[in-house]
Amino acid sequence: MAPPMLELRGITKQFPGVLANDNINLAVEPGEIHALLGENGSGKTTLMNIVYGLYHADAGEVRFEGRPLRMTSPGEAIATGIGMVHQHFMLVQAFSVTENVILGMRCRREPLLDRDGGATEVQALSAKYGLKVDPRARVWQLSVGEQQRVEILKALYRRARLLILDEPTSVLTPQETEELFEILRALASEGRSVIFISHKLHEVLSVADRITVLRRGRVIDTVRAATSSKEGLARMMVGREVVFRVNKPPARPGPVVLEVKNLQALNQKGLPALKGLSLEVRAGEILGIAGVDGNGQKELTECLIGVTRPVRGEVRVAGENITGLSPRQICRRGVAVIPEDRHRQGLVLPMQVAENIMFGNFYRPPFSRRGFLQLGVIHDVARRLAAEYDIRTPSTDIPVANLSGGNQQKVILARELSGQPRLIVAMLPTRGLDVGATEFVHRRIIDARNSGVAVLLVSTELEEILSLSDRIAVIYEGEIMGLVPGDGADVHELGLMMAGSKRLAAVS
Amino acid sequence: MTEILGVLLSANFAFASIRMASPLLLAAMGGLFSERAGVLSLGLEGMMLSGTLAAFLGSYYSGSPWVGLLAAAAAGGVVALVYAAACVTFRANQVVAAVGLNILAVGATGLAFRGAFGVTHHLHRAPAFQPINVPVLSDLPVVGPILFRHLFPVYLAFLLVPVVIFVLYRTTWGLKLRSAGENPLAAETLGVKVERMRYTGIIISGLLAGMGGSLLSTGFISTFMEEMTAGRGWIAFSAIIFGKWTPIGTFLATMLFGAADALQLRVQALGLAIPYQLLLLFPYLLTLCALVLVGRTQAPAALGTPYERMGGSRK
Repeated sequence: MAPPMLELRGITKQFPGVLANDNINLAVEPGEIHALLGENGSGKTTLMNIVYGLYHADAGEVRFEGRPLRMTSPGEAIATGIGMVHQHFMLVQAFSVTENVILGMRCRREPLLDRDGGATEVQALSAKYGLKVDPRARVWQLSVGEQQRVEILKALYRRARLLILDEPTSVLTPQETEELFEILRALASEGRSVIFISHKLHEVLSVADRITVLRRGRVIDTVRAATSSKEGLARMMVGREVVFRVNKPPARPGPVVLEVKNLQALNQKGLPALKGLSLEVRAGEILGIAGVDGNGQKELTECLIGVTRPVRGEVRVAGENITGLSPRQICRRGVAVIPEDRHRQGLVLPMQVAENIMFGNFYRPPFSRRGFLQLGVIHDVARRLAAEYDIRTPSTDIPVANLSGGNQQKVILARELSGQPRLIVAMLPTRGLDVGATEFVHRRIIDARNSGVAVLLVSTELEEILSLSDRIAVIYEGEIMGLVPGDGADVHELGLMMAGSKRLAAVS
Repeated sequence: MTEILGVLLSANFAFASIRMASPLLLAAMGGLFSERAGVLSLGLEGMMLSGTLAAFLGSYYSGSPWVGLLAAAAAGGVVALVYAAACVTFRANQVVAAVGLNILAVGATGLAFRGAFGVTHHLHRAPAFQPINVPVLSDLPVVGPILFRHLFPVYLAFLLVPVVIFVLYRTTWGLKLRSAGENPLAAETLGVKVERMRYTGIIISGLLAGMGGSLLSTGFISTFMEEMTAGRGWIAFSAIIFGKWTPIGTFLATMLFGAADALQLRVQALGLAIPYQLLLLFPYLLTLCALVLVGRTQAPAALGTPYERMGGSRK
């Protein structure tokens, strides 16, 4: 019997404070699609970065096609036949597709750059595997799905026999995901091996031959996909029973709280990002905005909270026109924000937990009197909220950077939800959180909705949208493609709208 | 006004523009390699100034400006090496490192010059480059005297432009260099040695900036004075930005700045009732305006950002 394509023996990797990989054993056979399943922080990506030569294991052995490897750089991994598609694409935006593919390789006419020859080869590869992309296009002009194809082309061009994909579907529509799976199956049928990193159970079950589950840096088990169930995998992944359905009573929508009319806005490059978008959110309901990243979600939320000024159109909160008001003025009208990137937008990492909790209110009594901060009051309030929102921190005066991602997100929730908002604008509120923290955030959002708050939930995770939303709107290139009820929404139909190939007539 | 117009149309002015542009051009072409690799070429001033002194010393002691030219390149290269070590290996803030190096260069060149010649008002002279009249071409009417009666480093500067274009855009090495400036992590994952590319880019900038400096002390004038570059390295840096990080754009920008310099010299000679300090200001004012106009949209995406390999340095 042939040796495994890749074999890991006793891989251990220690980071300061974390044992990222603890004695990992794993074997991937030729022609196999092998899924690595685990929560964020379970060590999947670290493990693959070791295989790819970006990190060095503290202990253990990597064997490729039966031979031990001692890799010190990705260059060596590539030369060996290992390709990796990273979660955040490793592409040079300013270069063409061909240039990205041939970068770092010897050209036929070395040292001269052979663009035409390269383009021909890229064309041939993309035709063979159905990876549709124009070799001469600049990467920044491509959609996210196309950029991913460029990443796969890069690996195939380097004759990768083992292809590692890190969370490849997080940027794709359901249809694009299915196309990707077809490509992966075609690669496997040629005898190549694929390692598919994911935390999405249904995807792993539908594409993988075998599944290895990681939890806290350890292998829990390796199982055959054909004989596994979603519940079983979830239990292994989280370490306890997981409730998939979020419990929520039927919505009792009240008056309109948020009204967006014909909103037009530009993105950072000065190109139109919102093209006359309209929507309404009522008190006591969650409106989910589904869509592939980069279709105007960022600009929409920024317009709502006053960070970006729309070119045209208006935003009303509880009947009042708030277009063009400052973020502070909007905040005072009861708009709470859970931003997309908690590190850059939601928190000031080096500052204290208490300080982060009172941002937005620090200038008001009782936190401030005659221009002086009332530290006693601030810490009292922070301690109370920390208890109420289950923020696990030794004290409220340590930097928020020292907290785990889940606890950091709770700091934001405590700040934003404790002020009795009328409207919550939540963007990817559970990004990077583990299952426990995700449940907590979802619970709080639903509690707020039950108490009559209007919630606008923007997420690229379709599952999150489906499980929380009372109504779902799909955004594509700055427009709403359609609006459907949350119950019994058809994933296939949503996918078509996310890809822009279907538009529902009655868009209210 | 008519007098200034007369200056602008004279062959003499065109000749002087080319002359004044060439030190800038040499330094800016070098700076492009550093910038495209992702490292700010703010250190050009210090590299250039070191080259100015080294050219003078080399020429003075050997009797040949050619030795001076090599010494200038070497001196620029050494300063660049220090800058590269700070920016690439130690991942220092590039602005701080460059400004520190530039100030150090002012002090060190002044000290070295005084150490060698003492503090005197006597002008020490070193052999300088002599104009090379290109056979046949230099006898052409109008263009001959303007284009083909220059010093060797001037020709070198202009011949460099197509070479830089070719190297940056037509070779695999150029692609790798630019990838280090656009997305070093992506480059690294494809086996490009980012740190090596950045070192190389910076050192090329030092070699060329040093040679640009040699024109000042062993070209147009044959002596050294403290702070002789007088901000030309900064202007070369600005030319890259004004030229939107392309060789052609940078070339045109240095020509514009060179012309501004030539113009202020000619206008001074006219003896108009304008204070000469104001005229001296002209090229710098133009630089400032140019920078305000451009913005930074075209810059290499990773310019100015130190690159740290994933998982720390190699064991």
